[in-house]
Amino acid sequence: MKRIYVNEEWCLGCHLCEYECMYANSGLDQMFKLKGRLNQFIPRIKVEGEDGNAIHFAVNCRHCTNAICVKSCIAGALSKDEGGVVRIDKNKCVGCYTCVLVCPFGAIMPAPDGKAAQKCALCTDNGFGEPNCVKNCPNNAIVYEER
Amino acid sequence: MKYVIIGNSIAATACIEGIRSVDKKGEITVISAENYPVYGRPLISYCLLGRVKRENMNYRPADFYDKNGVKVLYSRRAEKIDAANKKVVLDGGEEISYDKLLVSTGSRPFVPPMQGLESVENKYSFMTMDDMLALEKALSPDKDVLVIGAGLIGLKCVEGILDRVKSVTVVDLADRIMPSVLDKEGGEMVQKGLEKKGVRFILSDSAEKFEKNVAYLKNSKQKMPFDILVVAVGVRANTELVKDAGGEVNRGIVVDKGMHTSLADVYAAGDCAEGFDSSIGSNRVLALLPNAYFQGNIAGVNMAGGIALHLDAIPMNAIGFFDTHVLTAGVYEGEVLSDITSDHYKKLFIKDGCLVGFILINDFLRAGIYTSLIRAKTPLSEVDFNLLSEEPQLLAFSKDVRKQKLAREV
Ligand SMILES: Cc1cc2nc3c(=O)[nH]c(=O)nc-3n(C[C@H](O)[C@H](O)[C@H](O)COP(=O)(O)OP(=O)(O)OC[C@H]3O[C@@H](n4cnc5c(N)ncnc54)[C@H](O)[C@@H]3O)c2cc1C
Ligand code: SF4
Ligand code: SF4
Repeated sequence: MKRIYVNEEWCLGCHLCEYECMYANSGLDQMFKLKGRLNQFIPRIKVEGEDGNAIHFAVNCRHCTNAICVKSCIAGALSKDEGGVVRIDKNKCVGCYTCVLVCPFGAIMPAPDGKAAQKCALCTDNGFGEPNCVKNCPNNAIVYEER
Repeated sequence: MKYVIIGNSIAATACIEGIRSVDKKGEITVISAENYPVYGRPLISYCLLGRVKRENMNYRPADFYDKNGVKVLYSRRAEKIDAANKKVVLDGGEEISYDKLLVSTGSRPFVPPMQGLESVENKYSFMTMDDMLALEKALSPDKDVLVIGAGLIGLKCVEGILDRVKSVTVVDLADRIMPSVLDKEGGEMVQKGLEKKGVRFILSDSAEKFEKNVAYLKNSKQKMPFDILVVAVGVRANTELVKDAGGEVNRGIVVDKGMHTSLADVYAAGDCAEGFDSSIGSNRVLALLPNAYFQGNIAGVNMAGGIALHLDAIPMNAIGFFDTHVLTAGVYEGEVLSDITSDHYKKLFIKDGCLVGFILINDFLRAGIYTSLIRAKTPLSEVDFNLLSEEPQLLAFSKDVRKQKLAREV
């Protein structure tokens, strides 16, 4: 399956992918409308490395072949679909954060309301179709491809 | 191949998925004492709380059994395993033969002998859908509830019912809450949070006797009237089937790393089993949902002729009470790094050059990075532990390791 892969050599740490992720999952029709509402959204991709650090890279869900989050979810809210995408069913998730406890990549996190978890579904769940973070990374520091 | 599974919960589901990853055809029969398709057992408290609807509690989609070609015998109990003839005897005497058998019978509430308990009206356990539905019927805003047991199950029940009754009082013999999950300081923090919400705790005490719906406490000599009693003192693994068949049983059914019991072609997994815990280097019951899945899945693969071993089991707990979230893993031994304020709490335990455990309260983002270090027993010399002790991050790994994690399929 196509996944997002990281080229950390080329990541500037500009955090644009985080904003693109928030926008893609916000339901808003223009990115600038995030202004003043950033606290209502949490990006599903995380850029590591503080400003000034020599190393930066962006981490999101790896859609693991043997996903430990799926095995550990106490609700059966996480599942791997036939295409290999690991998805969360919001109606089932109770916000226990067992998935946060087990994901080795730190790629699943509480949703802003604190009552459920959220994770990347490669923009298949928000109408964008293809990862918006990758599409808008100016440096090819994240790519979406088969490996 | 004929597979039979006793119990129809998490380990059973994982076993079905494990079998089907190897063998698409073999016949699978599940004997289910409960009259429900598998549901997320921990969700019973969240259902009372209103966090999840009853119809969303199913652990798998409605077509799960059909799709996997599984026959479920609902409301039936296995009474006996005839290991010599490879048969399971059901209630009513019917026999089912097996080539490979999984015992995933879970645990049952342990109710200590308490004088006069039989005279109590409206008493409940809190382990099953039926327990939850029965308790729910009794709830109303004018009821005083007494919960015996300040462990995980008792306190999750408290969270579920607190806003639906007049008062909730928790009594426990231990001097702190959740002693098997939290250290003393951490327990105090969670207790304070619950007290703020209105829960009353009476610790280091026990109910000496009951006279109808009045409890007499032993140490404080209090007399406590109540309307509803929830007994959540502890659980006992359901090991009898294997024990009576001559299999090795300790606190749980003893299994090796492939989930084989001492009986040929009989496997066990989940809360009824005592498997290898890598955090202590010996067997013990880890009565936690992820562990039930891991074990059941491994059992299924092995039953179907594949090869799988459970080498990295550790205790792992994520428990929330209202807005307080507790994430813990491993053992609490060795050198301690702590960072504690009034509303968050972080302790990392380091031993023999490895991270061996942690307790995180309200400070748990990306905690799985810590958990993975414990499970893999990664030497801290291979990572930048100063960075890691600040917060879990992949930056603390070497560039090569990071490439393996982020630049290829995992
Ligand atoms: C209220 C509550 C909250 C919990 N919260 C958490 C949590 O937050 N995180 C976590 O990790 N874990 C939690 N747990 C524990 C978790 O639910 C268990 O670890 C998990 O359900 C174990 O799964 P299992 O398949 O081993 O057995 P179980 O879920 O116990 O199921 C065993 C099944 O076997 C059936 N059975 C038994 N004997 C027979 C027989 N002879 N014939 C036929 N059927 C039989 C039983 O009726 C039962 O349905 C919680 C448990 C409870 C009760
Ligand atoms: S959330 Fe974590 S464990 Fe689950 S598939 Fe994504 S990277 Fe893997
Ligand atoms: S937070 Fe939600 S998705 Fe994560 S383990 Fe709990 S129920 Fe499952």
